[in-house]
Amino acid sequence: MLNFGETKLHIEIDGKEVAVEEGTMVIEAAEAAGIYIPRFCYHKKLSVAANCRMCLVEVERVAKPVPACATPVTEGMRVFTHSEKTKTAQQGVMEFLLINHPLDCPICDQGGECELQDLAVGYGRDASRYQEAKRIIKDQDLGPFISTEMTRCIHCTRCVRFGQEIGGVMELGATGRGEHMRIGTYVEATVDSELSGNVIDLCPVGALTSKPYRYTARSWELTRHDSVSPHDCVGANLIVETRRNQVMRVLPRENEAVNEVWIADRDRFSYVALHGPERLKSPLVRVDGEWREVDWEIALEEAARGLRGVVERHGPQALGALASPQITLEEGFLLQRLMRGLGSDNIDHRLRERDFRDDEGAPLFPGLGQSLEDLERGDAFVLVGSHIRKEQPLIAHRLRKAFLEGARLAAVNPVDYAFTFDLADRVIVAPSGLPEALARLLVAVSQQAQRALSEDVARYTQGLVPQAADRRVAEWLCAAKRPSVLLGALAAQHPEAAVIRALAAHLAQTIRGTYARLAPGNAAGAWLAGVLPHRGPWGAAAAHRGRSAYDMLGGDLKGFVLADAEPALDSADGARARAALAAAECVVALSAFRSEALDYAQVILPMAPFTETDGTFVNAEGRWQSFAAAVKPAGETRPGWKILRVLGDLLGVPGEGLDSVAEIRAALGTAAQTQSDMHPLALGERAAVTGLERIAEISLADSDSITRRAPPMQASRDHGVAGVFINAAEARRHKLGAGSEVRVAMNGVAVTLAVFLDERVPDGAAYIPAALPQTAALALAGAVSLGGS
Amino acid sequence: MKAIRKYLHSFLLLELLRGMALTGRHFFARKITVQYPDERTPQSPRFRGLHALRRYPNGEERCIACKLCEAVCPALAITIESEQRPDGTRRTTRYDIDLTKCIFCGFCEESCPVDSIVETRILDYHGEKRGDLLYTKEMLLAIGDQYEKEIAADRAQDARYR
Repeated sequence: MLNFGETKLHIEIDGKEVAVEEGTMVIEAAEAAGIYIPRFCYHKKLSVAANCRMCLVEVERVAKPVPACATPVTEGMRVFTHSEKTKTAQQGVMEFLLINHPLDCPICDQGGECELQDLAVGYGRDASRYQEAKRIIKDQDLGPFISTEMTRCIHCTRCVRFGQEIGGVMELGATGRGEHMRIGTYVEATVDSELSGNVIDLCPVGALTSKPYRYTARSWELTRHDSVSPHDCVGANLIVETRRNQVMRVLPRENEAVNEVWIADRDRFSYVALHGPERLKSPLVRVDGEWREVDWEIALEEAARGLRGVVERHGPQALGALASPQITLEEGFLLQRLMRGLGSDNIDHRLRERDFRDDEGAPLFPGLGQSLEDLERGDAFVLVGSHIRKEQPLIAHRLRKAFLEGARLAAVNPVDYAFTFDLADRVIVAPSGLPEALARLLVAVSQQAQRALSEDVARYTQGLVPQAADRRVAEWLCAAKRPSVLLGALAAQHPEAAVIRALAAHLAQTIRGTYARLAPGNAAGAWLAGVLPHRGPWGAAAAHRGRSAYDMLGGDLKGFVLADAEPALDSADGARARAALAAAECVVALSAFRSEALDYAQVILPMAPFTETDGTFVNAEGRWQSFAAAVKPAGETRPGWKILRVLGDLLGVPGEGLDSVAEIRAALGTAAQTQSDMHPLALGERAAVTGLERIAEISLADSDSITRRAPPMQASRDHGVAGVFINAAEARRHKLGAGSEVRVAMNGVAVTLAVFLDERVPDGAAYIPAALPQTAALALAGAVSLGGS
Repeated sequence: MKAIRKYLHSFLLLELLRGMALTGRHFFARKITVQYPDERTPQSPRFRGLHALRRYPNGEERCIACKLCEAVCPALAITIESEQRPDGTRRTTRYDIDLTKCIFCGFCEESCPVDSIVETRILDYHGEKRGDLLYTKEMLLAIGDQYEKEIAADRAQDARYR
């Protein structure tokens, strides 16, 4: 809504007096007065196109009806939305719209929730006067998410405007004019934007519909349940629609403060995995090397016996727990309560990280340090080791909005990623160069702002000379009013992550900006629940420091409890994790799926995913969002908190008064000791740069246990490709060509992968997507050798 | 006086004769008993009996899984599941009518945009168990295949009023 001033204008709509701000459109004023004006092309989050003409209304002293979406209000205006003139105009428009619209409502997925269908009932004639041939348009394949039926298109251009204005990638456009106008990709191409699914919601007719949902259900059969997305730290609000105890589709729930009206494709299409063939539906126990389906009593007894045995034989310190950041706050709390009750502080959810030196000085939880809405008002951002567009698509969207308002952004990244906003400056270096690049920027900023650096930072940055790019960034960074430094996943899984965090914190401090760390999923909830080796709930220091995730997988632990975690696929060093788990005496895995745990666990307990359990997710802002189960747990599956609660009883960590999610939340309590101050790592010496290094990105389609089992996500372009991506110069140095196969070795583990040339990758680095079966054995960071046999 | 009249009535067997007259009238009248199942009463082409799913002349099933019949059914007797068939068309994978629930209102037939679900004139179907009256898609299609001629003739006869 444009806002030109404080003056209120008084207008009359259908005899109702309304006072609105100057610059408001008639349609918005009517909305404020509770009067509905029919529309197709108007959408509150998109620019005004005024091309459907459905919102024509009569205005006093105006000869012809005017489009309400594109007519600003004027003082004393009198609008009639139900007059004879308005009705005739709208009926005329409806007749024109229906000229080329096929009468295939019975097979159209939009049937029952179609704006055109609804309005045709209200404004259309009962029979068509149109005798001529109808227009037919050939369909395009837009990829695994969106199915098209472009003959149904009414050219409202909402999808086109979405791509231009929100998605940031103009993938759909209109070609031709008048009757020959058609919406599509100009050349045969798929729609790959990470927010592309939103055009399905935007399309007022059935031209763009959901491919996984295609022809499976009708909107009137579905029951809506409110839920929250576990896939990234935005905590997007979802509507999970179910039928006969099955999730049929996922839609966004409007929440201006979190996800506005959008959700990412990952939030929308991952649900397919929830009823997939890989779901685990009953407890499994390994008997003489064979997996047997057993009932819960036997499985829990077996799990308790195994863990008790480890504690008795090797002491509680030989026991460790690994959780994924997708478990709920309550599950995290019970898991750490169980482990600590058994006497072990070995509990962690940060499987992909390996530098934990700054644990003691970390803030209460990794977060934005500001609200999501604040991000839009920021004017300068530095992204460090972040592919934010794919990691947190909705945060990237907020940054794009800030960019469109004039904010400047810089990236210090190991890959020259394309974002949906332009980068004012970029520093692209191999992973080991990240701390140094950040340090150079810090020096430039301190010189620009004329603020001295603390002693250890000054020592660390000694001898670093800022380059032209650093100076440029420093200049606008120091002039900014609301700057932020955002750390992404590639920074978190860096071997020198603590150094990067310290430098970023110093940078944020020097520019008087906000330090933000974007962690995966419900990591903030895991920190608050105490799923950490060094802290209990609410940041209270643990009695004695346990071992971190990386340390636990060193091979000397005898027992493991895994909560949704898949360490062999999804940890800092997959091969090492697999070896440690295989060597353990007892591994109890809680998982919703038939996972890699089949290879090494003794007991697998089917744990309900987020749609089947009650719980709470905490997002990057620190916003607690509780949700209820949308469907009953599949088969014999049980909610994780119930499993952990009973396991606690069996292992002598009774949980009286923890019989519901609300009670667990109450037990977690409120801030006991709020450690919100950050004490960055005292910096030592700069590490030396080694040869070719791996850049390991976990693609958005492989980011968690649910997503990586959803066929549409796997079919998308965002799915990681098992291969080695190097730039042409590096390929020449290694005498490799695109398409050739090469042996890739890291830490004594070797796999054979295809070579791809990618100029986004800097010299000295090989980009190898992680969390794929083919690349899981390789460590996420470290030196890579290519070639040899 | 009253006693005399009553005496005469009894003596002349008037009541008996009146009764005999009635019996006699019916004895000679034309018989209307229908010798079911050898004989049947006439049926309207709009008769609402057992359901059937129809096919097009080329053998393709008519039903497109729009689910309007499921939505309109006041007894919730219809259950449909659908999917995209490999050839891209919208088809049912399950079409069940629970005849123990059905009230034979005919709304399903009325709502069908492709004249797929119809109610035939068949009224004497039975089941030995409760489950026998849950008609599946295959059963309904088989009924449609068997009686297509009659079904089509009935629809044609009633076409003017539809």
